[in-house]
Amino acid sequence: MNVRGVEIDDTFAEAFAMSGTAITITGPTRRWALNAAMSMTGFATSIIGCGCEAGIDRELGARETPDRRPGMRVLILSMSPDELQKQLANRVGQCVLTAPGSACFAGVDGGTRLKLGDAIRYFGDGWQISKRLDDGRHFWRVPVMDGEFLCEATTGLVTDAVGGGNLLLMGRSYETTLHAAEAAIDAMRAVPDAIMPFPGGIVRSGTKIGGKYKGMLASTNNAYCPTLRGAVESVLDPSIACVLEIVIDGLSEAAVAGAMRAGLRAIVRLGPKRGVVRVGAGNYGGGLGPFKFHLKDLVS
Amino acid sequence: MKPFTFSLRGEPDQRLDCAALVPHRLAGLGPAEIARIALNTTKQKITAGDAFHIRAGDLAAIRFEGGSERLDNIGEGLAAGALDVEGPVGKAAGRKMSGGRLTISGDAGPFAGSGLSGGRIEITGSAGDFLGGPFPGEMQGMRGGLIVVRGRAGDRAGDRMRRGIIVIEKGSGDYVASRMIAGTLLVLGATGRLPGYLMRRGSLLLREKPSLSPAFLPCGTFAFGFARLFADSLKPESRAAARLLKGSFERYAGDMSVLGKGEVLVAAD
Repeated sequence: MNVRGVEIDDTFAEAFAMSGTAITITGPTRRWALNAAMSMTGFATSIIGCGCEAGIDRELGARETPDRRPGMRVLILSMSPDELQKQLANRVGQCVLTAPGSACFAGVDGGTRLKLGDAIRYFGDGWQISKRLDDGRHFWRVPVMDGEFLCEATTGLVTDAVGGGNLLLMGRSYETTLHAAEAAIDAMRAVPDAIMPFPGGIVRSGTKIGGKYKGMLASTNNAYCPTLRGAVESVLDPSIACVLEIVIDGLSEAAVAGAMRAGLRAIVRLGPKRGVVRVGAGNYGGGLGPFKFHLKDLVS
Repeated sequence: MKPFTFSLRGEPDQRLDCAALVPHRLAGLGPAEIARIALNTTKQKITAGDAFHIRAGDLAAIRFEGGSERLDNIGEGLAAGALDVEGPVGKAAGRKMSGGRLTISGDAGPFAGSGLSGGRIEITGSAGDFLGGPFPGEMQGMRGGLIVVRGRAGDRAGDRMRRGIIVIEKGSGDYVASRMIAGTLLVLGATGRLPGYLMRRGSLLLREKPSLSPAFLPCGTFAFGFARLFADSLKPESRAAARLLKGSFERYAGDMSVLGKGEVLVAAD
């Protein structure tokens, strides 16, 4: 399928069910809310080696946050509720509690709850104070050296989150491919409930399952490496000089589809001269993941 | 649908126990059966029909037209629905309430909201002693819900309070938040002697400088993030409380003669 000069592969992205949650991190200024959120979502690119995938969903104005301060909405996803709980507690405890002036609130509803402040409160060493509002919301006040760390007791668990939506951008030069990927990321960031967890949202080291070495869960996707084109069974024609991937996680199938749709639209709008000539998607034949995002459905 | 209405015929000759006149206890009864409910607290029998002119209506919304300080236990155990009293009430209004809304357009006697675990009580006048407090022998007072008193409260408001929120808009008597276990109590007027006496945990927020026990230790002046949340939450119930909560507070930790994990927060100038 060719759309405005960009070839869209007749394929699909294969995605998996994950456990996810959202939290709102606030700070005395935008700078410190961002510092806390970036720290918390650092080293959270891939479930393969990080234990979770996380990213900033969107920036929140002071009017949108519970304590009327600038904030960031952060999504964090993992393979099981138990692992998610562990990652959430560790990351909030090490990266948000520690950030000057920070506070932390639930970012999503849900019947099943994950411990947030309930897991952090013991840092108060007995001086922590429980506060419950009339509407039932429960908070912990933990004394710290710059005052108090205010943290909601729990946040919601989303058990039908989706991880692994992806786009493979193939261009004639490194510069135009990166340009297209950046344009796609800018458009995708506007979609709520979805994150692109890799650095700047873009990954250059796409993977295939396994590898020749013992213990490797994943290794380089040689079919998409332009420098191996003559040596392996490549899927790249000679005009392709660079491939970049965008991985998308979301709290719902619709959020991932929405982000992929926004990204594709931005790529097509840019066209083949300034952007990429071809877009594909990674899958495992459709037998592993329950979610399939067909590019032709998203681009039409 | 119109509320189910009890119009007081006149000042009762004896104290009346109105605990039975709440929606869940009246459910399924007709006006005639309700009129036969005994309310007397002495040997002289008085029924609801003797004391009140009864007009049928929606039992989820009960209205008392006219009040008296002899009407005890109004709204006791209220779990859902609304109960409005146009006038004063006696002791223990809203005791052991777990939900719903009780509005008293007048003064309330002692032990209003005693043992409250949920729901809302609004008293447009003043409240007597032991607002939200436990009856003698009980280990805990209020353990949830919200009480707003537009006027003053008597002595020992919030005694042994375990959870929930009390707002007293005018002022309180002696020993407010005495033996407090946890929860949040705001007083927007002057307080009597020794606020927070023997409090273990919990927060007592005061707009005016109190006469504190020396067992409360100054910690400095701070703007608290949680107060901002309370301000937004309480604004529909008490704009004055919301204004107080938006400011900074001098923090006093205590009562050090007991556990010492409580706090008195006094509005900073």
